[in-house]
Amino acid sequence: MSTTNGDVLDARGLDTFYGASHILRGVNFRVGAGETVSLLGRNGMGKTTLLRTLMGLLKPKRGSIMFNGCDVTRSRASAIARAGMGFVPEGRGVFPNLTVEENLIFAERPGQGGRMDWTREAIYEIFPRLAERRKNWGNQLSGGEQQMLTIGRALLSNPRVVLIDEATEGLAPKVRDDIWSTLRIIAQKGVAVVVVDKNIDDLVDLAGRHVVLAKGEVLFEGTSKQLRTEWEFVSRMLGV
Amino acid sequence: MSLVLIQLLNGLQSGLLIFLAASGLTLVFGILGVINLSHGSFYMLGAYLALTFTGIFGDVFLALALGIPLAFLGGFLIEFLFIRHLYNRDHLQQVLLTFALILVFNEFQQVVWGSYPHSIPAPSYLADSVRLTEGLSYPVYRLALMAICLALALSMVLVIQKTRVGRLIRAAESNREMVEALGFDSRMIFRLVFAAGTALAATAGMLAAPIESAYPGVGDRVLIVSFVIVVIGGIGSIRGAFVGSLLIGLADAFGKVFIPQFSSIIIYALMALVLVVRPTGLFGRA
Repeated sequence: MSTTNGDVLDARGLDTFYGASHILRGVNFRVGAGETVSLLGRNGMGKTTLLRTLMGLLKPKRGSIMFNGCDVTRSRASAIARAGMGFVPEGRGVFPNLTVEENLIFAERPGQGGRMDWTREAIYEIFPRLAERRKNWGNQLSGGEQQMLTIGRALLSNPRVVLIDEATEGLAPKVRDDIWSTLRIIAQKGVAVVVVDKNIDDLVDLAGRHVVLAKGEVLFEGTSKQLRTEWEFVSRMLGV
Repeated sequence: MSLVLIQLLNGLQSGLLIFLAASGLTLVFGILGVINLSHGSFYMLGAYLALTFTGIFGDVFLALALGIPLAFLGGFLIEFLFIRHLYNRDHLQQVLLTFALILVFNEFQQVVWGSYPHSIPAPSYLADSVRLTEGLSYPVYRLALMAICLALALSMVLVIQKTRVGRLIRAAESNREMVEALGFDSRMIFRLVFAAGTALAATAGMLAAPIESAYPGVGDRVLIVSFVIVVIGGIGSIRGAFVGSLLIGLADAFGKVFIPQFSSIIIYALMALVLVVRPTGLFGRA
């Protein structure tokens, strides 16, 4: 079940506020089934707010969000998650007082039509480090292990889309490479990915489409090729 | 020697009993972040429910079988009507609303049961005493009560450590938003936790009824002591509440005998000491 144009996620005209501050201004954002989209922009430009709005953790004042063909604009985050959206928040959100295994069991659930593409065994296979640490508490993990755990946990709900905020922030280069290759595996398995990160080169390699946010508005949207053609403009937006 | 033994038993018994109330309070405080002043009222209502139901069924344990689900249901309803509006508010508003609930419950108690104290009989099969040593016997009901409280404490730990519901509760304690983002309705988890806290306080009140009878304000001291225990054990920690309850029970029992002139302040002195040495409580997380 997708929207008529084949998008699994289609948000239109989103206006989101944090208290009195107007963060998102008329944002349109769509994700096709199985597509990987990067979300770019400097700090404070609205990337996290957009992800949190899509996830249902913030309610937009105006606009609409269609997910899997259903209007979820006013739905609770828990309902959106059950409808097939996975979330890897900034700061990772590992439960410190649950073990690695418990963190994973927590999220295990069949996806649409009872699909079980991702099981705990599959997660332990792509992240063997987690298998070694399955009895450890969440607060005993390194940053890289925490990120593996949150990504694994998001996948265990067998989602159609995963939103990943700051995929590799603060991680060692070797761990970053692991995360990027995992995101490639996820995309190959047909899960759509929306990813926020600062490493533009990696994002260009990974994602087919890129969206640049500045001051809460979408200022650029295009393929990797278009991004390269308009690099001068985009790099000014990104401050690189 | 027999004085030490009897105070040891008394201390353990009152500690185990107060643990039920304190564990409910620490769950609600630690997970929901709500300071619930009306917690003692549930203890009092528990004692009165025991009075009424024991009157009907003739046995305090049958009263428990009906009283516990009723208290759970009552807690569920109170969370839905009042408490859920407090989660994003400051502590002053929480204190005001739950204090108002105390007044309402006190009035309710006056209207339904009146202001005279009522004693509640222990079940006839537990009414005897057992001889522990030469010249020392101890009421069987109190021993049974200790066993019941221990069993409840153990099952609480098992539920929280080993079950799916327990995992959800622990997760909601550390990151409510992430629980939502993983597909669980945290409102229902909070409602269940509050209902469980209410049922625990009421259960303590019902079990204690044959020992201390039912009278207006029977829950007042329970509320204060429970807060002391939550502070000593660490907010949200069941293990902390258990250790804190036993410490308080024993300190109070021995204080009354050996330093009677200070007995009324001894538990507060203990709390102050813990706060100086470990400000987050014995098992609290920083």
